Amino acid sequence: MAKILVDGVEVDVPAEYTLLQACEAAGAEIPRFCYHERLSIAGNCRMCLVELKGAPKPVASCAWGVRDCRSGPNGEPPEVFTKTPLVKKAREGVMEFLLINHPLDCPICDQGGECDLQDQSMAYGRSGARFEENKRAVEEKDMGPLVKTVMTRCIQCTRCVRFAAEVAGAPEIGATGRGEDMEITTYLEQALSSELSANVIDLCPVGALTSKPYAFNARPWELKKTESVDVMDAVGANIRIDARGSEVLRVLPRLNEEINEEWISDKTRFAEDGLKRQRLDRPFVRRAGKLTATTWDEALTAAAKALSGDPARIGALAGDLACAESMKAALDLMAALGVANLDCRVDGAKLPPGPRPAYLFNTTIMGVEDADAVLLVGTNPRIEAPLINARIRKAWLRKPLAVGVIGEPADLTYRYEHLGASPAALADLAAGRSAFFDILKNARRPMIVLGQGALARDDGAQVLRLAGRLAAAAGVVKPDEGWNGFNVLHTAAARVAGLDLGFAVGLTAAQQIMAANTGHLDTLLLLGVDEMELPRAGATVIYIGSHGDRGAHRADIILPGAAYTEKHATWVNTEGRVQYGRRAAFPKGEARDDWAILRALSDRLGKTLPYNDLQSLRAKMMADHPSFAGIDYAPGAQGSERFDPASLGEDGPVTAAPLRSPIEDFYLTNPIARASATMAACSEAASARRAVHRVAAE
Amino acid sequence: MSVRRLASNQPSSFAFSADMLEKARWWMAKYPETRLQSAVIPLLWLAQEQEGWVSEPAIRAIAEMLGMPVIRALEVATFYTMFRLHPVGKHHLQICGTTPCMLRGAEELKALCKGRIGPAFQVTQDGLFSWEEVECLGACVNAPVAAIHDYYHEDLTAQDLEGLMDRLAAGETVQPGSARGRQRSAPEGGTAVLTDKSLYDGSLAVPVALPNRPASGS
Repeated sequence: MAKILVDGVEVDVPAEYTLLQACEAAGAEIPRFCYHERLSIAGNCRMCLVELKGAPKPVASCAWGVRDCRSGPNGEPPEVFTKTPLVKKAREGVMEFLLINHPLDCPICDQGGECDLQDQSMAYGRSGARFEENKRAVEEKDMGPLVKTVMTRCIQCTRCVRFAAEVAGAPEIGATGRGEDMEITTYLEQALSSELSANVIDLCPVGALTSKPYAFNARPWELKKTESVDVMDAVGANIRIDARGSEVLRVLPRLNEEINEEWISDKTRFAEDGLKRQRLDRPFVRRAGKLTATTWDEALTAAAKALSGDPARIGALAGDLACAESMKAALDLMAALGVANLDCRVDGAKLPPGPRPAYLFNTTIMGVEDADAVLLVGTNPRIEAPLINARIRKAWLRKPLAVGVIGEPADLTYRYEHLGASPAALADLAAGRSAFFDILKNARRPMIVLGQGALARDDGAQVLRLAGRLAAAAGVVKPDEGWNGFNVLHTAAARVAGLDLGFAVGLTAAQQIMAANTGHLDTLLLLGVDEMELPRAGATVIYIGSHGDRGAHRADIILPGAAYTEKHATWVNTEGRVQYGRRAAFPKGEARDDWAILRALSDRLGKTLPYNDLQSLRAKMMADHPSFAGIDYAPGAQGSERFDPASLGEDGPVTAAPLRSPIEDFYLTNPIARASATMAACSEAASARRAVHRVAAE
Repeated sequence: MSVRRLASNQPSSFAFSADMLEKARWWMAKYPETRLQSAVIPLLWLAQEQEGWVSEPAIRAIAEMLGMPVIRALEVATFYTMFRLHPVGKHHLQICGTTPCMLRGAEELKALCKGRIGPAFQVTQDGLFSWEEVECLGACVNAPVAAIHDYYHEDLTAQDLEGLMDRLAAGETVQPGSARGRQRSAPEGGTAVLTDKSLYDGSLAVPVALPNRPASGS
């Protein structure tokens, strides 16, 4: 720790702090453009100049360490001033230089109202400019379907360059030329190949990089901001939904150090236009083979009729975007009806519904940073959970991190050892016949990540057993050290909540479809099931969901529900962290909250569910399943002393089929993303890029 | 200086010739395997030596050789003005236009180039010549100066340069150095100052008694 005086206030800060951090610790505000907490220090905007006692000229506080300051002649702590005339003049000078080439087009700039340059020029700038020459103009750069560029506005802070190289691991943005002619561009103006690319929009302190889909749509002060949770993957990134009236206009990240830091994936950010397309806004019933719009009354009557048959011939499935409340309501309704076939594992993952550590990401996402050996089995975290992949990269950049992959080789943005593609490689590893076994065994914080690609296969239970055995043999579960390195990485936002609720009894999803095809099931209740093969004609399919996708196309009765931005809902991420999503807009047309639909349906069936509002439903959910009471809490290693990974799954032979990620196209994984024009454009750009790479490889 | 962009017409591929590749390997061997990108400037320079300019395929090929992101190599190539991003003629004339050369007649050299070759960086029809104005070549004593193929041609007049170009066009080799036969940067027309022989024969030396010199013998 080092003592330092900031404007006369003495603070004690770690010696490795920069002056900027020390000033913040002392409560002084330092303006900045290029400095960003999560990126390396560039020191090129000069906005953070402060006066340092003894220094001949102002110093850039972001790039000056507290330990580099000299103490006074009698050993007094170094002194920094942030409010002196010198600092004021320095800031005014820097501001004036920055504005020399910056256009005064704030009225037509999308950054207007949330622009660092605008705010700081108000706070620290001069009242006018003395520059009378021509301003520089820079051509726009094409950065793909997400990022709109107005490069004349660029002040060359290089935040985007550093983000792409450091956090995203796609070093594709650079600064060409020099001096006045310096320009920010991607190589030959290609779109960024990262799944996190659009975070540069948030990072850009000016209006040079703005959101293309949101261009000229709204001003920030017109928007109603709702803090919520993302459902595009199982990470549960914290988001802010900005809506105007009934329309969600954009999604922005919200700071949560334990989950997404301050990043979100492109899908999270830009799938929002899918909320306006392909929506189910009224109930439908199939008549003479055609879906026809109808009233709630008729649709509920038809659904009640379909559900009042023999309970042994009824099944229920919960899809990837079902919220915990709707699953709880469906679970209670099915229990009341005596239905015993429920499944939420629509991808066919052979996961047990308990104990909890068997299906959670037990190291927690933040714990990834502590890991020193990582084994990825049947998963490509870059497309399944880009933010977790960014954490692995962060850990890999900071220290030697051994990463092994069993599955398809892919560019994960960090170096790894490819140990094989098939479960046989996992068997070898579990038997200790691989050098990587020793790495795992000797690691202090070893970590195994089991993807859905390893579990959602016919021999998934056997692969799970192998992974569990490996976990036991390598000792990745260390209860006395508070570490459980056995992780399951989910791809669906609904899955963990479903397993927590026990929405996995009786026939599995695939068996239910098979039974429906062979005439053993009469009725299927689908909570937004769009990712699996559905039964051919025969069984009556009741679909509760928000989008006209696969499920709705097959359905006989459609009860329109709310999308994730349109309901207060509980989501449990892959760590087992319970989070509340909040309503930003109301459901479209006649659509209703999913749980309320089930509540109304229960009324028709004479089995009225014992809750009339969300609060009582949540209270019952917490009472029946206590894990739902731990809001925003990830259990981590809790319960690992009773957890035996070797007992998971089943013994048996494994096939030689290679393990592969269940996600083929990152941009089109759910009905909302598939309805989004932006995501379609991204998917197209990505497949064109892959084609170019294939040609280049040949 | 102006904005530096890649040429719009690019060759379809680039490969180092055998001897250039050997030189490239020599440079790369200087750096540890994980720091190969340190060799990017020498390699770009070799590519320019081979082709006369740095093309986009060359930048890509070099980035690949060094295992570095291609945008990083592009940054370097666009940063340094000595990397030519456009094709040049067989003989590329670099006319110094900085103050001393300008005062000594560089403007006429530039006018000649403009007239005979065309605007800067334009290659003549026969592919023989192109020219550019460069910043100080550091030979101000011999101004005006033009660099052709890494060699300086000094004390040029427009006629001298024209003669040089004629000989180059005819396929002859040209001798670098002063066009007026001056020896390196020695004064023109012989020595004018410090000519007194007595300066050098020691006859001007006056015995001096150093005040702090110890008495002789002690």
